[in-house]
Order: sequence, then C-alpha cells, then structure tokens
Amino acid sequence: MKHILKILVNNHPGVMSHVSGLFTRRSYNIDSIAVGVTQDPEISNMVIVVKGDDSVVEQVKRQLLKLPDVIEVEDLAYHDCISRELVLVVVKVEDSNRTEIISICEVFQAKIADLTKTTMTVEFSGNTRQVEHFLEMMQKYGIQEIARTGQIALKYRST
Amino acid sequence: MPKTEAKISGARLMVELLEEYGVDIVFGYPGGAILPFYDELYKSTKIKHILVRHEQGAIHMAEGYARSTGKLGVCIATSGPGATNLVTGLTDAKLDSVPILAITGQVATNAIGTDAFQEADIYGITIPITKYNALIKSADDIARHFQEATLVALGGRPGPVLLDFPKDVQTELTSVRKVDKLKIDSRHYQKPPIGGDLDSFAAALNKAKRPLLYVGGGAINANASKEIKELAEKGNIPVTTTLMGIGAFPGTHQLSVGMLGMHGTAYANKAVLECDYILNLGARFDDRVAKPGEFAENAIRAHIDIDTAEFNKRVSVDYLLHGDLKEVLKALIPKVNKVDRPEWVGFLDTLKKNHPLEFDDSTDTIKPQGFLQKLYEKSKGKAIVSTDVGQHQMWAAQYFLFEEANRWLTSGGLGTMGYGLPAAIGAKFGNPNKTVICVSGDGSIQMNIQELATIAMYKKGVKILIFNNNFLGMVRQWQELFYEERFSESEWNYNPDFVKLGEAYSIKGLRISNKSEIDKALEFFLEDDDARILEVMIPAEEKVFPMIPAGKSQKDMIEFSDTVRAGKK
Repeated sequence: MKHILKILVNNHPGVMSHVSGLFTRRSYNIDSIAVGVTQDPEISNMVIVVKGDDSVVEQVKRQLLKLPDVIEVEDLAYHDCISRELVLVVVKVEDSNRTEIISICEVFQAKIADLTKTTMTVEFSGNTRQVEHFLEMMQKYGIQEIARTGQIALKYRST
Repeated sequence: MPKTEAKISGARLMVELLEEYGVDIVFGYPGGAILPFYDELYKSTKIKHILVRHEQGAIHMAEGYARSTGKLGVCIATSGPGATNLVTGLTDAKLDSVPILAITGQVATNAIGTDAFQEADIYGITIPITKYNALIKSADDIARHFQEATLVALGGRPGPVLLDFPKDVQTELTSVRKVDKLKIDSRHYQKPPIGGDLDSFAAALNKAKRPLLYVGGGAINANASKEIKELAEKGNIPVTTTLMGIGAFPGTHQLSVGMLGMHGTAYANKAVLECDYILNLGARFDDRVAKPGEFAENAIRAHIDIDTAEFNKRVSVDYLLHGDLKEVLKALIPKVNKVDRPEWVGFLDTLKKNHPLEFDDSTDTIKPQGFLQKLYEKSKGKAIVSTDVGQHQMWAAQYFLFEEANRWLTSGGLGTMGYGLPAAIGAKFGNPNKTVICVSGDGSIQMNIQELATIAMYKKGVKILIFNNNFLGMVRQWQELFYEERFSESEWNYNPDFVKLGEAYSIKGLRISNKSEIDKALEFFLEDDDARILEVMIPAEEKVFPMIPAGKSQKDMIEFSDTVRAGKK
C-alpha cells in the first residue's frame, strides 16, 4: 500500500542526503520525493511517497524521527489529503492528429507549453491517478520524453 | 546570539568548549588540516592528548574509555585518510550505541570540492554511521554545532557524532561562544516521558508463570542495573543477557542464566523456549539472538526501550513501554507482584546442572575455556575485560562473569576485529587503578597491533592475552561445520613471534602450550601493573559450543554433548 509522508526538515545542505540515505540503507522503496521550502525559510517540506504495509511505514517514520534534522513526520492518508504532481510530456504530432491531441488536452485542462512541427510539449498537473490517466491517453501518440516532479501534498482543511 | 567582547580563533574555542564540558582526555593523531587545533591543544593544561599509531586505534580507545567510564569519548583526526580511518570505529560505536565525539580536520572551505590534497567528504561518508554530523562552515557556528553534537551523542540512545572542521574555520576569529537556541529538537537529548500503559504491562507480567528478563546493552547505557536486580528479585524472574548486556545483572546471581543467543548458554536458550513471558530490557532482538517468527514463540513478548524504532523492528511484541529504562523500571516495579517461583527457578537450576558449559579437558593441551576459567578466578572477577572478535570473544563471554556494568568491552554489533587492544588501552586510561585485560586471537590482535607502541609510550599496564591457533578460529569453525572442512584462507602460514614483538616495545611476554604451565603463566601475567603479553597456544580444532547456526532458532542449538554423541570429538 502507498503512504504519503509529509516530512518537515531543517533547510540546510545535506539534509536531503540524510533522509534519502536512510531510505537507501534500510532498503525502503521511494516512489517519489519532492522537496520545497515552507513559509519559514529555515524549514523545508519533503513529501515522500513510499510503498509498504503499515508496519514498514511505521518503522520508516520512527527511523526518520531519529534524524536530528527531521522536525516532524506525518503520514497523510490518501483520502484525507490534496495531492498534486506536475508532469511535462513531449508527444509526437502529425498534421492528421494535432487537433485530436489538442482536444484531449482541453478535456484534461492540460496546457500546451511548446509546439513544433513534429512535437508538442504538454504540461499537466493533477493527482497521481489523473497523471497516470493523462499519460495513458498520450501514449498512443508516441511519448518522447517525460519529466515528473513527484507528488506534493497537504491535508484537507475542511472537516 | 549573545556575544562576548574578545574574539578567539575557532580552534581555541573548540579546545575551550571541550574543557568546559569536562573532557580531560582525547585520543588522536595530528595532520595538516587539523594543525591549528593541535596548536591550541598544546597550550591546554586541562586536556591530555594520547597519541596513537593509527586513527582506528584512536576511536576504539575513545570507545573503550567511554564504555568503561560512562563518559563521552573524544577522538581527533586530520582530513582525508585520517578521517576515513575513523569510519570503522564510528560504525562500531553506532551499532553498539557508544557516545563518541569525533573531530576531524578538513581542507579550507575554499578548497572543499576541488579534490584538494587530503580531501575527503567525511561529512557525506559518515551520514549513515553517525547519530549527528556536521561540516562547520563558520567559526560562528562552532558553539551551536558543539553543543548539539555532544547533547546528541550522550542523549537518548547514545551514539557517535562527527564535527568536520575546515582549516580556515579553525583560524577564523569568533566571539560567539554560547547559543540560546539549538536547531535540533529536544527529543534528541532530553529524557522522554514514559510512553505506554504501565498497568496493562505490569498486569501481563504478573500473570506470567515462567517469566524471563532478556537484558541488552541499553540497560548499561541507562545505568539500570540496580532496578533490574530489584525487579528480578521481587518477581523471582530469571535473567539472561545479550553479549552487550553482560554485566548489567550480576553474573554470579542465582537468578542469572548467562548469555543467550548464537553462543549463549544452553540453559539460557532453553529458558527462552520454555518461558511464557519474555521481557526485553534495552535489547534489540538482534539476529544473533532472535529469529523473527520463532523467537520465544510460545511466550508473551514485552519490550522496554528508549528508541521507538526498535519496537517491532524484527520481532513483534505484545506489550511495549517507551522511555529511559531506569525511569520506566522505577515506575514499573511497584506494580509488579512479589512472587516466589520455586518451580520455574528450580527448573532452570536443573537445566544449569544438566546442560553446563563444557569442553574436553582430558589432554595436556591448553583449552581456552579452562584457561579463561582460571584467569577469571585469578583476577577475582574484578578486571575490565576487552575482547576482539572471534572464538576467543565468545569463550570470554561464556567463562567470565561480571558483577557490575562497564567491565565488559566487546564489539557486539559490528564485530570489529582490532577493537580489543585499543579499547583496553582506552579503558586503562579511564580506570588507571583497575586491571585491564585484552583477550584476543592471533588473527584479531594483528588488526591493530601497532597500538603496542601507545602502551609502551604511556607505560600503560594493559594485559594482552593472545589465544594462538594459527587460524582464524571462528572462520575455521564455520568451515568445519558448514563448508565440509574446506579451510579456505583461514589458516595462517605465518605469525610473528608475539613475545619478541612485545619485547621490541619493552613489553614483557611469555608463550605457553602445556596445561602444566598455566598457573605460573597467570602469575607472570597478573603479578604487577605492567603491560604483559601472554601467548597461549591452543588446538586449532577447538570449537565454541553451544552454537545456534546462523539464521536458525533456539530449537536448533547444537551443544558440546551433541558433538560427542555424534562421535566428532
């Protein structure tokens, strides 16, 4: 099962190595990792998506909390948080299918970021399922390159 | 940050902080990138520096010092190769939870990352093997890093920390000598409040008919011996310890069943199989002790630890309490019933009688087990004993009994050959009036044998016992039992003359190979407080029993008597 861990860490060099190194040496699998600074410039927010049963994730959390630069670890339940991932995808286009691709992008509310005679670079953001779904739709036109950010997430504030 | 008027150099500040912290001895080796620090150390009247012959020796000495005194162990190395030579010791200290502060020199900040002479990214290298580490980029940061590092090293579950100290930061002037606000959370150094339900925990223990205490190194770090004894005696609960827990409960106590695990006593391992409740006190269900799914499978399992990451890590438990072991036990003991358990204690007494530690003593050759029994008697059980790693380590763990904590120094988690000699030297510096014995093998001793020079230079009366079988004994034992006697690279074709080698350092030595020589040899070994080397020739085929093969459980234990029955002896 997938878990989304929201990890607040001190924002200084080396912290990323400490955290990702912990995953490597304890052989925990990272699905995605995304880091950005918070409203407090001294603190960064890392969102790590891990696969594993509850006991493994519990162990991951406890090991993380032993790192001096880790301030807080929160296990966000999927249904309880708003998560987004940004993807940039380059697809092949031909004159015959250009409008078809553009209309799919409209349906998904994806943005066309770049266009050439033979390629289209599309920007799409959504939760992991939507991203997967969008990429699946693009697959048939021939994907040339993908860049994904990994998930970021926040808890829903409404109760 | 409060500032004082006078500015001092980073190196001066580091030395002053060490002094303020009460550090009076450091172990180290100078080099280019740490010279400003050494220059300040030269002027210090409070800190004694012990010059070693290899940085690995320095950190193991700091470990031996820390483990025998309960204080912070400090070691110093220069950049690059000096720093990387600390890696084994840092890993050792991490696995055995030893509070160590390692200070390393680093190339100047403007040279970092340029592959400068003697540059190594020791900060990056030591991330996974330290509890805390930092590359100090400005002299103004020294006070905070020092405070954080030392607090983390000694706080909670202790461990090693490393401060990497660029040469220009050592000479840079600063007036920041104290910090108001630390960047790390107080959970890393303050005692946690007791977590868990004491009442249900105690109720389960009170219901047990055949309880067993399983005591680990955490008990020694928490200084909880008194409370463990109180709990054991109140509930008449037998006690077994891990290799790391030896000494946390008096080895001669009638409730002691000795060490458990791979080479533990038969009665301890049988007690694990028979108990209906096992209470882990500061141990970590290590793989040399516990096989997940099969460890004490008929028992209720309970665990008290200061490190929550140890809960359910390898073995699942039914009850747990989080906190400082001493504090938790203080709260728990009043809730534990006073019970006599004549049947259960009597059962274990019978086990002890019927399944003692045994070996074949019928020949004239010296058997290490019998030798250690005599050494134990002669040293009256008062000595501090360090060991290296291998058969001699297990025999020493089996045949030496300790009445108190911090007398048994061994590399438990990492199994570091080369640990014993420097650890003994460090312990002797911390305990000048105690007899310190290093038990080693002909293989292990050669991994840090250069530290004989440190013994000679400081005239430290460390007693070095070398069991020589011209083999890597434990490797041979495994090859004999599990690799059809193919002794691949375990036989030594060449050993130095250890006695002559000692003489080269003005250390008196003696070699014996016949049982009749033991008494005289022990007299020579222990007669005064001078260093001695005693080389004891032992048969190569001698093995450590009992033995639980790797990856197996208590049910699969092989006892000495089994090998006799199988006609292998």
